[in-house]
Amino acid sequence: MRAAWRDLSERLGPGTLRDILLVNLAVGIVGVSYGAITVGDGLPLWAPNLMSIVVLGGASQFLFTGIIGAGGSPVAAVLAGLLVNARHLPFGFALADTVKNRPVLGSYLMIDEVVAFALSEKDPVRRRLVFFTCGACLWVFWNIGSLLGGLLGNAITDTDTFGLDAAFPAVLVALVMPALRDRRTRTLALVGAVVAVAVTPLLPAGTAVLLALAALALLPLMRGAGEAS
Amino acid sequence: MISAPVLIASAVLLGLGTFAFRAVGPLLHARIRVSPSVQSLMSMSATVLLVALAATAAIFDGSSPAGWARVSGVAVAVVLAWRRAPFVVIVLAAAGTAAGLRALGV
Repeated sequence: MRAAWRDLSERLGPGTLRDILLVNLAVGIVGVSYGAITVGDGLPLWAPNLMSIVVLGGASQFLFTGIIGAGGSPVAAVLAGLLVNARHLPFGFALADTVKNRPVLGSYLMIDEVVAFALSEKDPVRRRLVFFTCGACLWVFWNIGSLLGGLLGNAITDTDTFGLDAAFPAVLVALVMPALRDRRTRTLALVGAVVAVAVTPLLPAGTAVLLALAALALLPLMRGAGEAS
Repeated sequence: MISAPVLIASAVLLGLGTFAFRAVGPLLHARIRVSPSVQSLMSMSATVLLVALAATAAIFDGSSPAGWARVSGVAVAVVLAWRRAPFVVIVLAAAGTAAGLRALGV
């Protein structure tokens, strides 16, 4: 175990492994808050972990709990969760090559933070290693967090006190920044973000993000066919 | 409150649907050749989605405004990331800024 860890640390570089663990620590704490809120909303103690294992998608899980907890119908909760998770479709295409040796496990672990971490790596071998390392860590931390949260109950629900709500967008920003050095990608991403933010108050929670893809319609208007990475 | 069988069935449905979204790309990849331009378009889509996700998560909590503390924390992260600060510094500075501003009552 220890040797395997050292080997992983050597292949990834200590900096990358530390970064992955930092993100996962934050994910674990958010998991605690997820478990606490879900059980606090009246769902059984096993519900957070059932969701964290079967669905493995934070935003959709919070939304599902929110709708069920508010007395909404399970059908609405499932549909809302599916709509929020539709963004994983292009993620799957972007990382198809990365997970080609283990497509089922790779698809299962395809979570926002993992996708962002993997895409921030250029080298295919490193990208694969980062994807599966971060994915496996996230699975463990998210599930331990969900379980602890359910057991602890409402002791820790306000993770905002620690600024953790700012940590998730910050992680994404840090990881996509290399891709945003490309001017074309940056322009499209900024237009997309403006669209998503503008329509967020009008649409069901979590779905506005999908409309950011409308920015890609500008692609043919942009000069230079250079590969955006 | 929702019964256990309904809850389990709902979780499984959401899980299967989510898995299907994630798996279309990887499973098709083995069967059809995806051209480099499509691959590059998908990469760009992923980046656009991640940036939109970061922007909406920075500004909103669900459909209502998240407040200045979170927005400021993420703004600090944007500046630090642009200036190539280390990852740990970016994330801790964002959380620290948001937490600090809240402690001050923002």
